[in-house]
Amino acid sequence: MTRWNETTSRALIEETHAKGETLTSALRALVDAFGYVDEAAIAPLMQTFARSRAEVLGVIAYYDDFRTTPPGKHVVRLCQAEACQAVGARELTAHVCAKTGLRLGQTSNDGALTLEGVYCLGLCANGPAALIDDAPMAELDIDRLDAKLAALKS
Amino acid sequence: MAPPNSHQTGFPERLQPYPGSTSHLTFTLDPGSAPESPAGVGMTARVYIPADMLAIALGADEVARAITETAKDTDIEIIRTGSRGACWAEPLIEVETDAGRVAYGKISASDVPGLFAADFLGGGAHKKRLGPVSDIPFLKAQQRHIFKSCGLYAPCDIASYADNGGFVGLRAALSMSAENIIDEVEASGLRGRGGAAFPAFIKWRTVMGANGSQKYIVCNADEGDSGTFADRLIMESDPFLLIEGMVIAGLAVGADKGVIYLRSEYPLARNVLEQAIAVAREQNWLGPDIQGSGKVFALSVFVGGGSYVCGEETALLESLEGKAGIVRAKPPLPALEGLHGQPTLIHNVLTLCAAPEIIAKGGDAHAKMGVGRSVGTMCFQLAGDIKHGGLVEVPFGLSLRELIENFGGSTRSGLSIKAVQIGGPLGAYLPPHLFDTPLTYEAFAALGAGLGHGGIVVFNENTDMRAQALYAFEFCAHESCGKCTPCRIGSVRGAELLASDTSDLELVDDLCEVMVAGSACAMGSMTPIPVQSAMTHFPDEFGARATQAAE
Repeated sequence: MTRWNETTSRALIEETHAKGETLTSALRALVDAFGYVDEAAIAPLMQTFARSRAEVLGVIAYYDDFRTTPPGKHVVRLCQAEACQAVGARELTAHVCAKTGLRLGQTSNDGALTLEGVYCLGLCANGPAALIDDAPMAELDIDRLDAKLAALKS
Repeated sequence: MAPPNSHQTGFPERLQPYPGSTSHLTFTLDPGSAPESPAGVGMTARVYIPADMLAIALGADEVARAITETAKDTDIEIIRTGSRGACWAEPLIEVETDAGRVAYGKISASDVPGLFAADFLGGGAHKKRLGPVSDIPFLKAQQRHIFKSCGLYAPCDIASYADNGGFVGLRAALSMSAENIIDEVEASGLRGRGGAAFPAFIKWRTVMGANGSQKYIVCNADEGDSGTFADRLIMESDPFLLIEGMVIAGLAVGADKGVIYLRSEYPLARNVLEQAIAVAREQNWLGPDIQGSGKVFALSVFVGGGSYVCGEETALLESLEGKAGIVRAKPPLPALEGLHGQPTLIHNVLTLCAAPEIIAKGGDAHAKMGVGRSVGTMCFQLAGDIKHGGLVEVPFGLSLRELIENFGGSTRSGLSIKAVQIGGPLGAYLPPHLFDTPLTYEAFAALGAGLGHGGIVVFNENTDMRAQALYAFEFCAHESCGKCTPCRIGSVRGAELLASDTSDLELVDDLCEVMVAGSACAMGSMTPIPVQSAMTHFPDEFGARATQAAE
């Protein structure tokens, strides 16, 4: 993940369009590269895909993945779905929220951590599950998750 | 093949899995050049370690590293495979011995010195030894067809795929007429595995007969249901099976382009699929002239944006076209006017994965498995509070109890079971007294439930069923695309009602009735299923009037 920059952003948008792909693919490319879609990318997206500002913003708003603000340095995504609920995901989530002072969907003021809910990672036989940055985790309990969160800080 | 010490095949860098597995490309597809047996490679011991998302989540990379480091001068080859689907035993590592592959389960890096001390490379005794893989009861009692090769080899090892029966169906299909391919699919009785269980051949024949300048095969790999992971498992473990199925479908309906719509929550599957597509192209199983037949098929992966509704086929098409995933009215059917307005065959991953064997062995062989109109095998996934969770592929007809008790070994927590939810977030909650229901589409429809994509989530006695019903509404409110008022607003009102202390469940039932009748897709029309099944079967948790209101 790199910091947003205009040149790369424009190149990604043009590259997607040149391949015959659509607005959602361009947004995916931007999020994969920068972690979010910067406001400055909206105008090039409108021009390239011949869509109004409202349409572009509507598509961004529809998908959970397409953030419009940079995520924290680390992103912790805790599964909230039924299979993980059945083995304590609610309690685990409440613990992490209390410990970090964040609600799901929030980023800490120092930009160190984003906490998100995710609806199923496909690790349902071994919950509770989470995705911490790019690393999947399963069979989590409070101790293991706390240790992982502490390791992120160092 | 030079045997350097401790070399690894397909060892993944983080989210960059299996780069090394392309080394298998040096093999030709001639069966005579299959990897030699350990005896033939001198003293090289072969260790198989899964590299699917679950195994990695449970420390398989660290185990692989520890084995490499501990091996020192011992000559070993580590092969990073897919998973067998015995999730409860992951990381499940295997070693090749004279008596076949021997498994060791739930291995962590700290077990590795002990494994070497116990001579695990020779299949030695150890408290975590599970014995020969083929004798593990959880696996032995299954009848695997779609998942038969899962975990056998590195996912992008195309030579091993071919050696294990891969491409037999596609080879046959290349010399068959489109009509003959579809006849086999019809004879097979195959029904859509995504949840709706619609007869597959009707879609195939409709797309074949439709007029369009460009036809498409779209694979719905937006496996959003909690409790399901079969699609992930097959894509991360045996991706060529899906590719083969899609090419066969393309030949049958006259489509030369395919797209796999993959959910973003499966980052590893994306890497595996992209690599497998590149390998298949290189080996001429995809591209402009498949195996010299002159037949064309191009395939790509599209990554979704984290929306559950995009698993609904028309929302998925909107998403592919670059729009918000808002469901379309049907008709027109996607088979006639689908992606970019062109005839489009959309199937779930497992439906497409069933095609190669149907063509290879004939539709009749498939039709002989199962019960009544529920033919073939069903890939169940045991999840939640379950001791032996994982993938269970069996013919239709087994009872729910056999699945949960015999395969699943009941709860992981040791508590008793209060309910299971079958078929994802839109599936019914069922109490233990209904567990003798046979697992067929028809028997579950009779209960007002469905099998969906085969996910079974077990909840223990401490579960608050009102909280689960509330969650069903909350999930719908979160995911509703907003097109239909009953879904968009009904879900919010339903959540408010169940979050309050009301016991006026008639109102909840009325709301559910409106959602069922007035929603365009399953999101709104099926959210009432978990809600009302919870109210019907667990009335005590909803206040005194529940029984009466729910009936």
